Amino acid sequence: MQFPILSVIVFLPIVVGALLLFLPPKNRKLIYGVALAVGLTAFLLSLVVYFSFDANGPRYQFEEQYAWLPQLGVSYHVAVDGITAPLVLLTGVVIFTGVIISQRIDERPREFFAFLFILASGVFGVFVALDMFALFFFYEIAVFPMYLLIALWGWKQTREYAAMKLTLYLFIGSVIALVGGLAMYFASGLGTFDMVALEAANFSPEFQRLWFPFVFFGFAVLGGIFPFHNWSPDGHVAAPTAVSMFHAGVLMKLGAFAALRVGIMLLPEGARFHLPWIILLTLVNVVYGAFIAMVQTDFKYMIGFSSVSHMGLVSMGFATLNYNGFVGAGVQMFSHGVMTALFFAVVGMVYDQAHTREIPKLGGLVKYMPFVAVAFIIGGLASMGMPGLSGFIAEFPIFMGLWGGGYAWIAIVAAISIAVTAAYILRAVGRVFFGEVPAELEGHMHDITRSEKLALGLFCLIMISVGIFPTLIVPVVQSGVNVILSLVGGA
Amino acid sequence: MFGTISTEMLLAVLPEIALLALVAIVFVADLLLPEKRRSALAWITAAGLLVILALTALYARPAAEAEQLWGGMLRHDWLAFVFKLLFLATAFLTTLFTINWPTVWRKGEFYVLLLTSTLGMTLMAASADLIMLFLAIETTSIPLYIMAGFMTEDDKSTESGFKYLLFGAVTTAVMLYGFSLLYGFAGTSNIYEMAAAISAGAVPGPVLVGTILLILMGFGFKVALVPLHFWAPDVYEGAPTPVTAFLSTASKAAGFAVLARVMIAAFPSILPDWQTIIAIAAALSMTVGNAVALTQKNIKRLLAYSSIAHAGYALLGVAAASELGVLSVVYYFLAYAATNLAAFGVVIIVWHKIGSDEIADYSGLSRRSPMLALALLIAFLSLAGVPPLGGFIAKVLVFAAVVQAGLVWLAVLGVLNSIVGLYYYLIVLKVVYLYEPKSAGAIPVARPHAAALLASILMILLLGTVLAPWYGWALSSAASLF
Amino acid sequence: MAFVNAHLLSLILFSPLLGALIVLLLPGKNKNLIRRVALVLSIVPFVFTLIAWLGFGNAPVIDGFRYQQQAVWYPAINSSYHLGVDGLSLSMVLLTTLLTPLAILASFSIEDKIKPYMALFLALETGMLGVFLSLDLLLFFVFWEIGLVPMYFLIDQWGSPTGERELWKGMKVSARRYASFKFIVYTMAGSLGLLLAIQMLGVVSGTFDLIALFQSWPSISGTLFGLSAATVKTAAFWAFAIAFAIKIPVWPFHTWLPDAHTEAPTAGSMILAGVLLKLGAYGFLRLVLPLYPEQSHQYAGTLAFLATAAIIFGAFAAFAQRDFKRLVAYSSVNHMGFVVLGIAAAAFAAGSEHANIALNGAVLQMFNHGISAAAMFFLVGVIYERTHTRDLEEWGGLFPLVPVFGGLLIFSSMASLGLPGLGSFVSEFLVVRGAWPVFTVYTALSMLGLLFTGAYVLKGISKTLHGPLNEKWKGHLSEINRREILVLAPLLLFMLWIGFWPAWLLSVINQAVVTLFG
Repeated sequence: MQFPILSVIVFLPIVVGALLLFLPPKNRKLIYGVALAVGLTAFLLSLVVYFSFDANGPRYQFEEQYAWLPQLGVSYHVAVDGITAPLVLLTGVVIFTGVIISQRIDERPREFFAFLFILASGVFGVFVALDMFALFFFYEIAVFPMYLLIALWGWKQTREYAAMKLTLYLFIGSVIALVGGLAMYFASGLGTFDMVALEAANFSPEFQRLWFPFVFFGFAVLGGIFPFHNWSPDGHVAAPTAVSMFHAGVLMKLGAFAALRVGIMLLPEGARFHLPWIILLTLVNVVYGAFIAMVQTDFKYMIGFSSVSHMGLVSMGFATLNYNGFVGAGVQMFSHGVMTALFFAVVGMVYDQAHTREIPKLGGLVKYMPFVAVAFIIGGLASMGMPGLSGFIAEFPIFMGLWGGGYAWIAIVAAISIAVTAAYILRAVGRVFFGEVPAELEGHMHDITRSEKLALGLFCLIMISVGIFPTLIVPVVQSGVNVILSLVGGA
Repeated sequence: MFGTISTEMLLAVLPEIALLALVAIVFVADLLLPEKRRSALAWITAAGLLVILALTALYARPAAEAEQLWGGMLRHDWLAFVFKLLFLATAFLTTLFTINWPTVWRKGEFYVLLLTSTLGMTLMAASADLIMLFLAIETTSIPLYIMAGFMTEDDKSTESGFKYLLFGAVTTAVMLYGFSLLYGFAGTSNIYEMAAAISAGAVPGPVLVGTILLILMGFGFKVALVPLHFWAPDVYEGAPTPVTAFLSTASKAAGFAVLARVMIAAFPSILPDWQTIIAIAAALSMTVGNAVALTQKNIKRLLAYSSIAHAGYALLGVAAASELGVLSVVYYFLAYAATNLAAFGVVIIVWHKIGSDEIADYSGLSRRSPMLALALLIAFLSLAGVPPLGGFIAKVLVFAAVVQAGLVWLAVLGVLNSIVGLYYYLIVLKVVYLYEPKSAGAIPVARPHAAALLASILMILLLGTVLAPWYGWALSSAASLF
Repeated sequence: MAFVNAHLLSLILFSPLLGALIVLLLPGKNKNLIRRVALVLSIVPFVFTLIAWLGFGNAPVIDGFRYQQQAVWYPAINSSYHLGVDGLSLSMVLLTTLLTPLAILASFSIEDKIKPYMALFLALETGMLGVFLSLDLLLFFVFWEIGLVPMYFLIDQWGSPTGERELWKGMKVSARRYASFKFIVYTMAGSLGLLLAIQMLGVVSGTFDLIALFQSWPSISGTLFGLSAATVKTAAFWAFAIAFAIKIPVWPFHTWLPDAHTEAPTAGSMILAGVLLKLGAYGFLRLVLPLYPEQSHQYAGTLAFLATAAIIFGAFAAFAQRDFKRLVAYSSVNHMGFVVLGIAAAAFAAGSEHANIALNGAVLQMFNHGISAAAMFFLVGVIYERTHTRDLEEWGGLFPLVPVFGGLLIFSSMASLGLPGLGSFVSEFLVVRGAWPVFTVYTALSMLGLLFTGAYVLKGISKTLHGPLNEKWKGHLSEINRREILVLAPLLLFMLWIGFWPAWLLSVINQAVVTLFG
């Protein structure tokens, strides 16, 4: 009986999180130590899963299945495939670095880490779930801790408003998708929620065309698809740093992934019918998001909108319904996750010391935090799609997918976003890290701790390695994409 | 004249007999116990209820085939069984919560009333005959009227008692009129025989619809469905909070047990007609309940409106009128009872310390008592329908039932209402977690309260994660109706 | 040794990057250590290049390229790590690996943040070499873009300390920030079109391998994306052409160059003018002409017109400058114009003898200009370091104060001018000879530019060295030192060598020209 590594990854955070609530509240060192141990364990386990994944092996690996509610056909069925293995790794990386970045939280740290771990468990659960009921179950678990995390530890100016908006938006999306999921359960006549079985369900084309928007948009809300992206910038900005990292780095991928897994893969006819117009929405995401990022003066808002723009590329990749598009989207979920986690970590580090996020009020920070500056530059180059970094490896096939899918003009328009991204990134780099140090900041700034450097270094290492050696991730993603194509019937 | 009384018949009414016995014991104890020992009354009641619960679970299980017993008055089936267990458990937890409540807890009469009401509920769940049903309903309700107004010194309590009595009496009378019409046309008061008569056309169409409406007035009042809900907020707010807890959980559950049984057993042949009425009632309850809850400043009133909304959700299961529908109703009440008890439990505990039920006074509860705040968090999230809590499973099941029945618009309305619900639950949680407390100092929690609260929270978690056993019970209950 | 031979190109390509990493690991305090280690490490690729050069004639030829290497890189989209050289690329590689150590030696006078400076320089070398060595279109693009980043930082951080320009809406930034920003934004904007065209090529052809593309792409016809293949190819042609035209730079896409060259640190300008501009011309020769022969022929006239404009306006603009460095910058526009003229002639008359001559001239001009521009920028840097001004009016009659410097300046200027006996004469002659039968009018007009080349060069020299001595420099000007002479010596040697005996280089170049455009 093989070691149930996936179940450990899924449940370890929430179990330890619950236990954390019983630790003495003042002993910050102990609390942080326990949290760090959990984060590190989750990260190491996810590494094991990722690097043991055999790209030429069976479709699902590390499979576990236990009966949960047999009368309804609900089982606890988990496994990883080519698309989810990198996402599990991503979650591991982000939870580990997120805990490190949260080492300075001194306001009720027990509760903070407990809720963060509930969130992590929910996310892991969604990625590995092969049963639709289990997927919804974990999906909702991942939504509600956001409210408390943002409302209690977030940016005082907007945290209550942002937390409520985010939670309601995401909840609406998930329950709408739930209704769609229930409809699929009943229409299939198979009496099971198991998604592997449902792939063979053969829903009628009319059924699929009717229900695909419910399911797709219900989940894609979390992916930040236009016009339901509105919760994201405020949510990102109001959240405390580790939560922003999680939110943009992992949670938004959750939405895109669930839209793929439940929407596109189970209702392929509906996907083929609707995605040609949905791709226009993703284009709006990509271009509009970039332009809005350009006019921001708040550093965190700029990055928040940049996330909206880059997530648009993921949905765009899906919407091309061809091989290159899917491969690119799969890599982009991973690459963007790492990149945006880095960005928010950097913003958090800057804000912690400068107590402002207004770009005009910052400057010359390379003098005090050179490591942070270099890390941000690397992240920035990746976000511009600079070759040699993972962003290029991800974006290039997405564009090829557009060309191949008959969306040539969309490729040309979307390329504008690359130029705009370069502009705002370079501007931010120049203004925040180089130039004159403003008088208010002189002497108040110091460098980051060693463990924080470790976190940033990990992000950079990943982006550079994948950029130089795409074979580190692409074969794994390919194995997942082949399955998707067999269901959707694309080229 | 009576025929032989078999052991099955006795076992079928084991809870009722035992409850009667317990009533007697409490009465006697009340007479005998000296003033300062009167606190034992609550413990006697609680212990007794626990024993009855165990006995019922072990010995009063129905056979695979449901049968009508006691001259067709009662139907011994899984639906009745599960609900009886629910009532007993709820009564037990409520008794624990009454400890230390002023005016109430040292009074033998109160516990006698509580037990009598529980007895009425167990009979309600099992009633197969309209007359039996009416008796059971009255047996349940009249003690509840008194319990609501028990705090005679308190104006709000007396007002709530009176209001409850007056409206209850009126709606019961209307319901009785409906019963009599049915009896007149169908020629029998047994629900199941009536079903046959109705499908044979014994009752003319318009009359049938009219009687359904009349009957629904009675049931609807009992479970506080829109448009018969207006008593609930005032009564809930004024009554002693343990009574409110009991009202919102056990009494509502009893009403639903009856509703499910009567509508599905007696009127299956005219399903489309009453399905629409129920669907509309459900839609209205969900919407009105949630909408008005948004403006509440008093936590008991908020929970009252929330209960109205939840009655709406549960009614979705009845509207589906399928096995899955009834199953979902049963599961819903299991989860909802645990949840509401936990929520009211926290309200009770907090009230003991700060003497107020205003939401604003709950500010910073998380700092004064993190555990209580956590319990409230779990309870409210379960009300909102968030996993891994029982409320989530319950909601999924009722939505599944209506989707399966093809009433997708109801499901969509239901999910949208869930969002509204989530909003006001989060507002309360925000007050509890985010704001600064108005006064400092930990909140003491009496042991029996802690035990009851813990039990409720545990049930919420179990109902949300380990699904199989409860689901199996609900499944058997549903099957027994079809 | 067998390992070296089998992986020669990878060694050339990555030894600078490895060098950069080694430099980063050195302790930051010891400036001299860093400088010397960087210099030594930068000679390593040059050594490998010599090995390749010497063995070039005997190396087996496969599809026109030698020393090929291929490895898996991004198989999912049919792009591989494919390297190879022919005469064209090897000569450019030689130029690069020669100039980099000299530029590093020239940078010994930099005092501030030496470690990142040297590391960026070496990383930049890898970027440039990658462009020349790639035989995979995607890999080409990767290195094309990668090369931009180190140069951006080199200009931004170590460029001219003085000067201010307005960026937008009254926001003032330092001149070097302005120059670096303009450089990178201009070039990246241009490569956006290139990116899209490459994506499109990859999708249509199913591969990015250049050798396969040379076979398959020109023969694609029919409809693509709902338009005729010819229309699509024309659009792609212009996308490629504009991206490269910005780099060369071809008039009117040249406006980034004066600022970038002027504000860059001395060594940065040497590399910018010496190598980076050649990337654009190389792109034309390696990609545009072979992939789009019809479109190249069709638009060769436009290209020739723009080339002529560059020659003439570059010369006029150079003449008008007061800033010596800016003068040299515009001279680059002027000299690269000849390269483009040669390319245009070759495009128009592909396959003919004239085309071959013009092309040989163009490539040789690339090499020569690299050498002479590097020398000129360095000399300007030498005097700037001593006088802290680049204004021609500020000097005057310096010859007696710094005779050696003066002599070297005159020599290099003559090379830049195209004096017979020195390298540029040969290349300019070949270009004119080849272009004359093809584009007579344009070539004739370019002579005007050539005339003014003499004018501005002489202006530069005379204002600096001749005339009455500007008293304020008396006693404040030191002679050119040994290190600086060491930087210049190889450059001058090449100028002479190519001027007298160009065959060693031309034969290698010609092999490529004949194979590619036969």
